[in-house]
Amino acid sequence: MSDIDKDVGSTVEAVAQAIIAHADELTELDSAIGDGDHGHNMKRGMQAVLDDLDALAAKPWDEALKAAGMQLVMKVGGASGPLYGTLFMTLGKTLDTPPTRAGLAAAFEAAIEALMARGKAHAGQKTMLDVLVPAAAALKEGKGPAEIAAVAATACAQTRDMLATKGRASFLGERSIGHIDPGARSSQIIIEAIAARSGDVK
Amino acid sequence: MSNVGIAIVSHSPLVAEGTADMVRQMVGDEVPLAWCGGDPDGGLGTSVEAILKAIDAAWSDAGVALLVDLGGAETNSEMAVEMLPAERSGKVVVCNAPIVEGAVIAATEASGGASLEEVRRTAEELSGL
Repeated sequence: MSDIDKDVGSTVEAVAQAIIAHADELTELDSAIGDGDHGHNMKRGMQAVLDDLDALAAKPWDEALKAAGMQLVMKVGGASGPLYGTLFMTLGKTLDTPPTRAGLAAAFEAAIEALMARGKAHAGQKTMLDVLVPAAAALKEGKGPAEIAAVAATACAQTRDMLATKGRASFLGERSIGHIDPGARSSQIIIEAIAARSGDVK
Repeated sequence: MSNVGIAIVSHSPLVAEGTADMVRQMVGDEVPLAWCGGDPDGGLGTSVEAILKAIDAAWSDAGVALLVDLGGAETNSEMAVEMLPAERSGKVVVCNAPIVEGAVIAATEASGGASLEEVRRTAEELSGL
């Protein structure tokens, strides 16, 4: 997540493949406290992104991220479609081309703002925001890719003890405690995939 | 058609279609009506693409009121409204109302020639019950 010298096509491909590889786990997490479709939905959306990869890889970063976001909006089929779609589309709208570390930090912040508006949510409600917000803060503070991935992993694990007050899991009240949030986990997987590719970049 | 249109968005195509049947029984063909339900693979869920088609099918120059069920139906509907062309997006509202009762009462109100705002308000009065 430092100055980005990777091409957008292979970065988006890595993200999509990471989500697809963890689809069963995400569905399992969602079965515990949601409606059990998160892995399946995200896999369908990311598969649509992969199907469009050649066209996407030919675009500059901003256009490619917007296109990936639009695929997620149209194909995921659950609330996570518009949520991740908004995240990627706003990243595309705000990211400088070519992307810089400072530009990415600002774009990530703007994308989280847009995501909060879309989901009418904030951090602390046992959602994907509980991973994204601390990860964005770590990026802004100048932490390296491995440190940002570690922040995301810790934040994801911490959703286990949280009470859900947003989304389908909030219907369960106290019974939502004791399970990792599936949206937090998918966000962590995405951050991990990006960080792993940026590990050798200072 | 000059009456406000009604579009029903449920996770389940059966719920959406059944709700539309109840609306038809109440108001006949006096309001443009459309429904959608199910994710892009036909499982339970909602799809922005299908919602956009339903809005189109229920289109009226007086606007379209959306009646939705749980979480993702609302988020996907709001996303769909934003993706409409500018001249249309201001004429579509998501009603904060129970889907079945809201659709029936909204359509009844719409069939009398009420404005989009009146249709929405009448449906949303149900939420306070």
